[in-house]
Amino acid sequence: MGTRVRGAVVAGARGVVLAVAGLAGSITLFVVSVLSIALVPLGVGALATPSVLGLVRFWANRRRVAAAEWCGIRIPAAYRPLPPDVGGGPAGQVRRTRLVLGDPATWRDLRWLLVDMTAGCVTALLPAALMLYPLEGYAMAAGLWRAVTDGTHIGYWYAFVPISGQGSALLAALLGTVFLAVGMYAAPALLRAHFRVTRAALAPSDGELTERVRVLTETRRDAVDTSAAELRRIERDLHDGAQARLVAVGMDLGTVEALIEKDPAKARELLAQARRSSADALTELRDLVRGIHPPVLAERGLGDAVRALALRLPVPTEVDVELPGRADAPVESAAYFAVSETLTNAVKHAGAGRVWVDVRHSAGMLRISVTDNGEGGAVVGAGGGLDGIERRLGTFDGVLAVSSPAGGPTMVTMEIPCALS
Amino acid sequence: MRVVLAEDLFLLRDGLVRLLEAYDFEIAAAVESGPELAKALAESSPDVAVVDVRLPPSHTDEGLQCALAARRERPGLPVLVLSQHVERLYARELLADGSGGVGYLLKDRVFDAEQFVDAVRRVAGGGTAMDPQVIQQLLSRRAADEPLGGPTPLTPRELEVLELMAQGRSNAAIAGQLVVTERAVAKHTSNIFAKLGLPVSDDDNRRVLAVLAYLDRDGR
Repeated sequence: MGTRVRGAVVAGARGVVLAVAGLAGSITLFVVSVLSIALVPLGVGALATPSVLGLVRFWANRRRVAAAEWCGIRIPAAYRPLPPDVGGGPAGQVRRTRLVLGDPATWRDLRWLLVDMTAGCVTALLPAALMLYPLEGYAMAAGLWRAVTDGTHIGYWYAFVPISGQGSALLAALLGTVFLAVGMYAAPALLRAHFRVTRAALAPSDGELTERVRVLTETRRDAVDTSAAELRRIERDLHDGAQARLVAVGMDLGTVEALIEKDPAKARELLAQARRSSADALTELRDLVRGIHPPVLAERGLGDAVRALALRLPVPTEVDVELPGRADAPVESAAYFAVSETLTNAVKHAGAGRVWVDVRHSAGMLRISVTDNGEGGAVVGAGGGLDGIERRLGTFDGVLAVSSPAGGPTMVTMEIPCALS
Repeated sequence: MRVVLAEDLFLLRDGLVRLLEAYDFEIAAAVESGPELAKALAESSPDVAVVDVRLPPSHTDEGLQCALAARRERPGLPVLVLSQHVERLYARELLADGSGGVGYLLKDRVFDAEQFVDAVRRVAGGGTAMDPQVIQQLLSRRAADEPLGGPTPLTPRELEVLELMAQGRSNAAIAGQLVVTERAVAKHTSNIFAKLGLPVSDDDNRRVLAVLAYLDRDGR
């Protein structure tokens, strides 16, 4: 009980401090800031504005500290740091003004000043009012009523109680007790409410956006890394494969040219060899192309590409596709390679004897599930194949879910938000 | 023999024209896009069409679709489809109507002029010419627990015969390749037809159906 009373009294006192500060400080600062910014075109404002807004920031930071210390409410500050080379003198001051006015946090601060002198002030006053108003009720009951009425008419309204004599004055005291009781319980909560209002006005409202930026930065880095690695692989494959074979073909043909008259039999043999080399080069190029962008995908879209993929697998695979149109090429490609990798995992690592693939599009989502009857135990993370799939899909805000109990079955589900055309 | 040829790359089209003419084919039309191909097929009623899968303007499987559409109009119209890559999926679609006269080869096969021309003639005659790579895609699955032929699976020898049959070889050619007598091959083929439950009908048609069953081994 003692702590509750103390808590309520402290909350009331702090509320009074906040309300007074809100009225005096915030109004003054707001007026000065507006004047200063309005005078920027005249030059005077440009010199004063950074200092004035610096004061506003100081004021807002004091409130942040109070919020954290008194109610444990953290209000993040997101002022843009000024570059170190702004420079001094009037020119530097003008640059500073421009930078400060370009910061959204500045305008958030000014908006908060307005909120603080109105809604902020009211919420801050409430705890104190609930603490002080009952005193008046008690004073009425103790005899103060005589000062406002002679007992024949209503001389004063205590809240909604009309005071017209001792009886109604006692009622007022009773109502005051109710107010006091409410205040005892509600004062700390009301003070918190004040800081919530402050936070709503002052905090960068876009925590979600910040998170989104973080995710985008990460997935972009992954996408760049992946494509760089792909390019390196393609370069290596071309260099060691098709390119080398074409060199061999050229050499063979050169020798044929020299031999064709002296030794026709040998020349014919070399021609056959050159033809074989060129066929091998074609085979290698074909495999390479399949790894970059499978021709079936280009010709038929995701559904048939997955069907063709399934037909190449060494295990029986059932494919069920329900796609009313085609997704964008990059999405199709990402989905295809994700499925391809998952199928490879199922056959290679899980030792599956049967695989089911389901591809459909609903509610703006491309959903693909790959189920196998292998031994299970697949996990995302630790740099495995599933990790790569997750990163690949991440570029398109796609997600991957894996259910793979030991002993199987394994079900890999992928979802990519996309529209079909 | 009149040929309609559809290939979008000039060098390749030109080469094919010269190659086919050298072997006494008559080029009824040599076109470079899907719409032109559809027109040529409808107007010049060729003995065989040699078609690239991917054609402008869409650069998707326009050539294949054109060929399939033409075969719906004129069942059994012999079509030899060429591609930079072969897919069982496409092979199945080509064979699906069961009327034969279908070929599906990698463009690389053109390197061997004799064999290529042989394939064109076979297709024109109502036979099949499946690229060995299509067949290989199937053989990689031999270990799978779904033997072809249901309750009485094909023997390895019969699979070999079927594979060559799928490529479009005659019994005599198969016998030559496997170093057995033609009678032995005939025995194998009739066993294959029996095991796959193909009714007695004209031999050419049954050969196509056998290949189709082979390609269709595990459903979708």
